Amino acid sequence: MTAPSRLASISGPSHVVSESPELGAYEICGKRPAAVVRPGSSEEVAEIVKFAATEKLAVVPSGARTKLSMGLAPRQYDVALDMTRLDRVVAYDPADLTLGVEPGIPLQRLAAVLAEHKQWLPLAVPYMERTTVGGTIASGVDTPLRRMYGTARDYVLGMEFVTGQGVTAKSGGRVVKNVTGYDMHKLMIGALGTLGVMTKINFRTFPLPVDTRGFVASFASAERALELRHVIAHSPLRPQAVEILSSGAARILRGDVAARIAPGPSASEVFSKVHWTLAADFSGNEKVLDRCERDLRQMGEKCGGESFVVLSPDQMLPAASRKREFIPIALASSPAATIVKMGVLPTRMNEVLASAARAAETNSLPWAAIARGVGVIYFTLLPKDRSDETRLRVIQATDQILFECAGLGGNATIPWSPAEWKSSLKVWGLERGDLDLMRKLKTLFDPSGTVSPGRFVGGL
Amino acid sequence: MDSRLLHELKKLLGSEGVLHEPEDLLLYEYDGSVEVAKPACVVFPRNTEDVVEIVKLANRYETPLVGRGAGTGLSGGALARQGGIVVVFSRMNRVLEVDVENQRATVQPGVVNLDLSIAVAHTGLHFAPDPSSQKACTIGGNVSENSGGPHTLAYGVTTNHVLGMTVVLPTGELVRLGSAAVDSPGYDLTGLFVGSEGTLALVTEITVKLTRLPEAVKTLLAVFDTVDDATETVAEITRRGITPAACEMFDSWTIRAVEDYVHAGYPVGAAAVVLIDVDGLREAVESEAEEVADICRLHHAPEVRVARDAAERDLLWKGRKNAFGAVGRISPTYYAMDGVIPRTKLAVTLRRLAEIGAKYGFEIGNIFHAGDGNLHPLIPFNGRDRDEFRRAIAAGTEIIRCCIEMGGAITGEHGVGMEKDHLMPYLFSASDLELMRGVRDAFNPSGLLNPGKIFPTAKACGEIYARPAAEMSAPPA
Repeated sequence: MTAPSRLASISGPSHVVSESPELGAYEICGKRPAAVVRPGSSEEVAEIVKFAATEKLAVVPSGARTKLSMGLAPRQYDVALDMTRLDRVVAYDPADLTLGVEPGIPLQRLAAVLAEHKQWLPLAVPYMERTTVGGTIASGVDTPLRRMYGTARDYVLGMEFVTGQGVTAKSGGRVVKNVTGYDMHKLMIGALGTLGVMTKINFRTFPLPVDTRGFVASFASAERALELRHVIAHSPLRPQAVEILSSGAARILRGDVAARIAPGPSASEVFSKVHWTLAADFSGNEKVLDRCERDLRQMGEKCGGESFVVLSPDQMLPAASRKREFIPIALASSPAATIVKMGVLPTRMNEVLASAARAAETNSLPWAAIARGVGVIYFTLLPKDRSDETRLRVIQATDQILFECAGLGGNATIPWSPAEWKSSLKVWGLERGDLDLMRKLKTLFDPSGTVSPGRFVGGL
Repeated sequence: MDSRLLHELKKLLGSEGVLHEPEDLLLYEYDGSVEVAKPACVVFPRNTEDVVEIVKLANRYETPLVGRGAGTGLSGGALARQGGIVVVFSRMNRVLEVDVENQRATVQPGVVNLDLSIAVAHTGLHFAPDPSSQKACTIGGNVSENSGGPHTLAYGVTTNHVLGMTVVLPTGELVRLGSAAVDSPGYDLTGLFVGSEGTLALVTEITVKLTRLPEAVKTLLAVFDTVDDATETVAEITRRGITPAACEMFDSWTIRAVEDYVHAGYPVGAAAVVLIDVDGLREAVESEAEEVADICRLHHAPEVRVARDAAERDLLWKGRKNAFGAVGRISPTYYAMDGVIPRTKLAVTLRRLAEIGAKYGFEIGNIFHAGDGNLHPLIPFNGRDRDEFRRAIAAGTEIIRCCIEMGGAITGEHGVGMEKDHLMPYLFSASDLELMRGVRDAFNPSGLLNPGKIFPTAKACGEIYARPAAEMSAPPA
C-alpha cells in the first residue's frame, strides 16, 4: 500500500492530500512533502507516526504554518501532519483557572473563549491572528508579557504527546502544583516537534488585567533607555512588559509593510525614528496605574528621557500589536532578513547591542533591534538583496555577533534567515556542552528520526 | 561494605568526611517521612571535584549513590533504599555569587534555603520558594524535589526560579545545564532535571533568580464556623481572579495543635482559619486586602483579623511554619501526606477525607496550601502499634486515590520518592511510565543513582515499617 492510501485508511481520504499544488503550502525551507494528512484524533496521530516510523518516513507536524521556517530544514520530509483538525477545548474550568486544549486550536479563538470568563493566556506572540496554540508552544516563541507571567514553561501544567515511535504518553497534569514524575512536557516546549507530536496541552490561565496603561519614552542612546530598564527592575513597580526598540525597529514598525501585517490605527508613531524607545506596560487598578505613571515619569526624567507618552488601553493595543508582530514585519521588510535571537544578562544588554550594531555596520548591513527587559534581544539584519556577496557579509556579521555575545556570557541563535543561507549560518549558535544529553533524549523519544528530523540544535 | 571502597573514600575526603560506624549512620536512615533505609556509609564532599571522584568510585565498586541535603524531605527521596553511599552536601554550603544587578545567585547545593534570602536581604531581594522547612532544608534538596511552599502560590515553585545548574552525571561526567542568561537554546534540560528527585544527576551548583521583596504586605486571618465556609472562601478568591501571595488553611484539629505550642493567637474552637498574604504595591495591596476580607465575610466569617504590624504578621506565620512540629507534640508519629486537587473541589475533598479518617479510625488533621489545592492531611498514629501503622498507610493510599479521582495528582511538592512509587500507576499509564523510565535510564543507565525511587517496584506493603516511637522525633516541617 502506498503512503497516501495508508494515511487515507487512518484519517479518511478527504483528509489526505497528495496533489502537488496543495503540497506547496507545506514546504519547509524549500522541501516539499509527498503527502499531507489531517488527523482527527490523538489516536490517529499515534497511528500515523507509528506507520511512518515503520516505513522510515519522516513526519513534520504543523499548525497554521507561520513559523515552519524556524530552525534548520528537516533532513527528510515525507508527510506533513496538519494538526488543525485537533482544535477542541478539551477541558476548561474557569473557577479553577485551568485549561486543556488540543494543539490545533487557533490562539485567537482560544483567547475569545477565555475572554468570556475574563481570563487569558499571556501569550502575545507573533502571527497572533493565525497561529495555533501548538505552534506557539512547539516553536518556543516568547512574549513581552514574560516580564510578569514568565514563559510557557511556567504555565504549561501538563501534556499528552505522541513520541517518534507512535507511543502516546503524558506528563504533568491539570492542577497548578504538581511534582509527580518527570516534567517531560517541558522538553516539548520550543523543541520544534523533534521529540514528538503534542496532542493535548494543559495550561494554567490568568485573570485578564482590570486595566492597563502604556508608557513610552525616548532616549538618545540605548544605554540611557537600558538605564531606565534597570531602575524599573530595582523599583517596587511590577510592569507586565518592558521593551526597548532601536530607531531602526521603530522605522519598520511605522512603515507600510507593518501597516499591512498589523493593520489598524497606528499608535506606533510614539516610537522614535531617530532615538531609542523604551515601552513599558502596566496593569492594575487606577490607583496603581497612577502611581506607576508618576514613578515612571520621574525615573524616566532622571535617566534622560526626552519625551514621555502615556497610552490608554485603546492606544496601547495598536502599538502593542506592531511590537508583537516585529518578527513577521522584519522578515517582510528585507529580501534577506536574518534575525539573531540572544539571551543575555540584563546588565550586559547594552554591550551586546553595541557589539551587534558594530558587526552589522562593519559589514554594511542595515539593522533593527527590539529587546525585552528580561534580557532577550531580537537583532535583525536587513540586507537589501540576496546576492552571494551579501550572504558572505551576513555570515561574517552573525559569526561576530554570536562570538561576542558568548564572550559576554550570553547565548545566541539565528532562528530566521533565508532558507538557502541556513546551511552556511550557525542557526543554532555555537557548540554546547550539553548537546550529548540532548542527543540522548532525541534517541529515546525518536530513535528512528521520524519526527521533524534535523530541525533542531546539533541537527537533532 | 567493601573495605577498599571505604579506604578510598577516606583517602579522598579525609576521615572527617566519611561516616561508617553504625551509630553514626543512624541519623541518615531517616528523613522527614515514615520511611527508613540504612546506608553503608555517608560521605561529605567539599567541592564539585570531590563529587566527581565519589561518583567514579561508586561506579568502580558498583555501589548505589544517594544525594542528600538536610534530610527534611517527606517522601524518602534522600534515603538509601538499596543501601550504598549517601552523599551529604552540608559542607558544600557556600553562596558562590550574588549578582544583585541581574537578580541572580549561584549557590552550592548545601546552602540552606532561608540563608540565601538572609544573605541578600539587605539588597531588597529574596529567594522566593519558601518551604515550611526553609530554616533547615537546602536549595539542593529543593531543586531535587522541586519544592513549593506557602508563597509559591503567587511566586512559583522551585523550577520557576532555577536558570541553570552544574551537575555530575552518574557516569562521573560534569555538565553545565542552562545559563544565568535566559532562553538557553535546546531542550529544557534544566526543567527536566529540577524535580527529578536525585535520579538523574548530583547537582553541585545552582543558578537561581532572586525576586524583589514586595513594597507592602498585608496578612489576614479569617475565622470560620464551618470548614465548608472556609473552602468556599478560597474557591471564591480564586474564581475572582485574585492571586494572594499565600493562602493557607487550618482545620480545628490543627488550630488546637498549633495554638497549644506556638500561641500564635489562633482562635481555638473555630472550625477553620484561612491565613492570607496579599502583597505588591501599596495601592494594590490596600484594595486587594479589602476585597479578600469582603469575600471572607460574604462566606460568614465571624472574624477577619488583619495583622497591624510586622510582629503580628510574623506571629501568625510562626503558627504556620511550626505547624508540623506542633503536631509532633501531640502525636510523635504521624503520616504527613501531600496531594493536589483542583481548587474547585476543596470542600468535597475535605468531606471525603474526614470519611476516610473515620473509616480507618483516625481523626485526620488538615493544614495546607489551600490557594493552589495542595493538601497536607496529617494522620496521627501510634508508631508502636503495627496494625495502626498499616491502617495509617491504607488510609493514606485511599486519600491519594481520592485526589486522583478529583482530577488531581499524587504529590504537589514532597515528591514521589519511595513513599508513593506504588501509586504512580494510578496516575500514569504503562507507556507514560515506560518513557519516564527511559529518561532515567538515558542519564542513569546502570541505576547507580538513587535506585528504587519514583517508579513502582514490586514492593510489598510490609516493607515500610514503623520505627519505635522512642526513636522518632517530629519531622522538621
